[in-house]
Amino acid sequence: MVIFIIKRLLIGTVLLLGVSTVTFLLIYSGGPDIAEQILGGDASPEDVAAKAAQLGLDRPLWQQYLSWLSGAVRGDFGVSWYTSQPVLTTIVQRLSVTLSLVLLAIALVTMFAVSVGVLAAVKRGWIDSALQFVSVLGLALPSFWIALVLVLVFAITLAWFPATGYVPFTASPTGWLASVILPVIALSIAASSATAQQVRSAVIGVLEQDYVRTLRARGLSARRVLWGHVLRNAAPPGLTVLSLQFISLVGGAVIIERVYAINGMGSLAVDSTLKSDIPIVVGVMVTMTVVVVVVNLLIDIVNGFINPKVRIAS
Amino acid sequence: MTEAITLTIEDGAASSVADARGGLVHRFLRRPLGVAAVLVLTLIVLCAVFAPAVTWNDPGVARLDMINAPGGNGYLLGGDSAGRDVFARLIYGARLTLVGALIAASVAAVVGVGFGLIAGYRAKTFDLVVSAISDLVMVLPSMIVLVALYTVTGPNAYIAMTVLGIMLAPSFFRLTRNMVIQVRENLYVDAARVSGLSDTRIIGRHILSAVRAPIVIHFVLLMSVAIIIQSGLDFIGLGDPSVPTWGGMLQNAFRAIYQAPTAFVWPGIAIGVTVASLLLLGNALRDALEDVTSRPKRRRSVQAAPRSAGELGDARPAPGDDDRRAEGALVRVEDLVVGYGRRDGSLNTVVDHVSFEVRTGEMLGVVGESGSGKTQTALAILRLLPEGGVIANGRIRVGDADITAASEKDMVALRGSRIAYIPQEPMSNLDPSARIGSQLTEPIRVKLGLSRAEARDRALDLLEQVKITSPQRVFDSYPHQVSGGMAQRVLIAGAVSCDPDFIIADEPTTALDVTVQAEILEILRGLQKKRGLSVMLVTHNFGVVADVCDRVVVMKSGRIVERNDVVSIFAEPRHEYTHMLLGSSLHGRPARGRRDRVEVHQ
Repeated sequence: MVIFIIKRLLIGTVLLLGVSTVTFLLIYSGGPDIAEQILGGDASPEDVAAKAAQLGLDRPLWQQYLSWLSGAVRGDFGVSWYTSQPVLTTIVQRLSVTLSLVLLAIALVTMFAVSVGVLAAVKRGWIDSALQFVSVLGLALPSFWIALVLVLVFAITLAWFPATGYVPFTASPTGWLASVILPVIALSIAASSATAQQVRSAVIGVLEQDYVRTLRARGLSARRVLWGHVLRNAAPPGLTVLSLQFISLVGGAVIIERVYAINGMGSLAVDSTLKSDIPIVVGVMVTMTVVVVVVNLLIDIVNGFINPKVRIAS
Repeated sequence: MTEAITLTIEDGAASSVADARGGLVHRFLRRPLGVAAVLVLTLIVLCAVFAPAVTWNDPGVARLDMINAPGGNGYLLGGDSAGRDVFARLIYGARLTLVGALIAASVAAVVGVGFGLIAGYRAKTFDLVVSAISDLVMVLPSMIVLVALYTVTGPNAYIAMTVLGIMLAPSFFRLTRNMVIQVRENLYVDAARVSGLSDTRIIGRHILSAVRAPIVIHFVLLMSVAIIIQSGLDFIGLGDPSVPTWGGMLQNAFRAIYQAPTAFVWPGIAIGVTVASLLLLGNALRDALEDVTSRPKRRRSVQAAPRSAGELGDARPAPGDDDRRAEGALVRVEDLVVGYGRRDGSLNTVVDHVSFEVRTGEMLGVVGESGSGKTQTALAILRLLPEGGVIANGRIRVGDADITAASEKDMVALRGSRIAYIPQEPMSNLDPSARIGSQLTEPIRVKLGLSRAEARDRALDLLEQVKITSPQRVFDSYPHQVSGGMAQRVLIAGAVSCDPDFIIADEPTTALDVTVQAEILEILRGLQKKRGLSVMLVTHNFGVVADVCDRVVVMKSGRIVERNDVVSIFAEPRHEYTHMLLGSSLHGRPARGRRDRVEVHQ
């Protein structure tokens, strides 16, 4: 198991290195153009050159990259070109906001997907049809559109929840809940129905296995076989789906944060990219990759505990 | 969203190798949702292409008098917050949406399928490297990447969708690669290679023809993903403001949500209808494809088989059978009909008015080819027929229990402690993620109420009884760590663990090596003798019957065509089907104890 984790960590590190390299090279390849973008179209060539020199954009790309990388491995991602705040400080502040949204959403998705997915797999019938219908609907309507509907109904018309803003949990737990409830629901709807579909097919797949019939032939009740054996064997594909959903929720949060004017990673990414605050943009990419790698690692570890083959094969 | 969709289709498509493409279109046309989706999509495409003919308003022209105005006055659906025609913007917005989706899906298809074909066909290093890269790209959230790369791409939908296409390519890559590997292992590619066709021609002719249907389906579904992501980019303001897009319209409506609260409904509907149509089209295509590839299923219809008068006559119990019927029968199956419901409500009969009995302490062989209904009969006695299977007629009694009338709760009590089951494939009949020990002890604890330690002792003792030399090691192992023969012993131990009086053994040796087969039969026979068990041994092999059975029932196409004691059936088989089975089973098989005895009796 330890070897398994180390192996996964190594793969994660390689991924991180790859992503940061590609991101850095792509984004910084603009060179002096970036300085021009920052200053605006009217800036004189001298000003642009001076700005580029100030930001270090006049150096060869590989030198810029190496100096960035040597800082990054020590946790120094440079400073924002606009606020002069360290990139890491800014990101850490924003990350907690986005993570609280996404983690709450994934918890909601898991609860819904497992209960409805298992129910649909076992009972079939109308629950199954309803799930099929809702999941097409959930995939077809963009989450930010659902977010708009929620804002209109629950924030503007009914005024049950605030339409915008984020209240930190430490400031007021109830205020926090009220401020995240609509964004979390908007994020979760599509993911829930899609994941429930996956859980359903995973459970049906296991239910069709020979050993399920054999266990029942030995006198175990259908319920006992379901909870003791079927769910355990359906868990690995279910967890894989959840880890993929996590990734797409992170992406979805970028847009949802705009709707609810929440200052999380998504808003940070969009704002920084619009004004070419490149150290922040690269920092956001790296941070998101770290988050994805960590989540995948956690899921793999859980999978390893559930599935002996994964554990032993590594 | 992206990732979840990708996963769904891989499940469906990778498992199917599409040989039968001819029926696909036909089958697709029978799905109303799919046909409706095609019609809606056609309409949307036509509107987009002939936009100037659909609306005479310019989507870019702002009329001050129409700011946030309701429909009418020359604007069918009213004006947006800048006084532009909402309807015209919807129609023109379809253009960039569809083109963008096509770009993303095409780039993904070209990159993914191209690399997938090479990686799947050539394998080795290339496959390793590309697979690794594909895995890396797959885990990145595409939305974040697109936002980050906006600094490079700028507000250009075409470049953004190309980047998105690359981000989505791994799903195509995995799909294609896995299918190519599957096809490559098929013989006809080998045959093509032997006959001297070049690699490119093999890829072109054989492999592409097999993978193209799943690729089309995947393409359609990726278009829906691209539309959602593209509208998201436009919505957060990373699109080109000079071109009307549905996402841009949503952004516009969102900004004016207090002035015109329902303005976001129309673009939302446009996105929803388009994406839903693509999803339904993809699903319908997939279902049609699965129908084509999975048509010949294991269960065969009895009605399809021609039935001669002779067979019907033979279905009656043989003379002499009735005499012994009254006493000693532990299991009595009377006039059993098992069927599967068809879509049109009729019943596909797989067991057709079958009656037989198993006497106390005897081993009854039920012989027939696959599809003769013998396994279905066995599962009916356990009341564990697969989904859709029903006992349509007849009665089954085991001891004093009426199986056909019993509640599921009664059946749970009966299974394991009165009726037990030994399956055919040992490896697939053990839960792969639980240790063998826990699988053995669980029913013992539940059924006999023993403590953990007592159940463990009993299980170890049982493993010893089935001639496992190191019971403790097997007890602690996972199923994949033991051999097939070992697993079958475990399953036999499990079957007898709660002291049943009747065991159904469904082809218990078919999946095993010839050397192991004899041992397993010996174990089974030994346990049967020692415990006085009644056994129903389902098999297609008369050699097995000769070895261990007392009486034989021969089944064909869901009916019993002959029944007799084992000596007589070998001596004078009456039905030609029995003749045929005897010929194919015994030919070339070394004579063993029981058969020698048969010959002596002759």
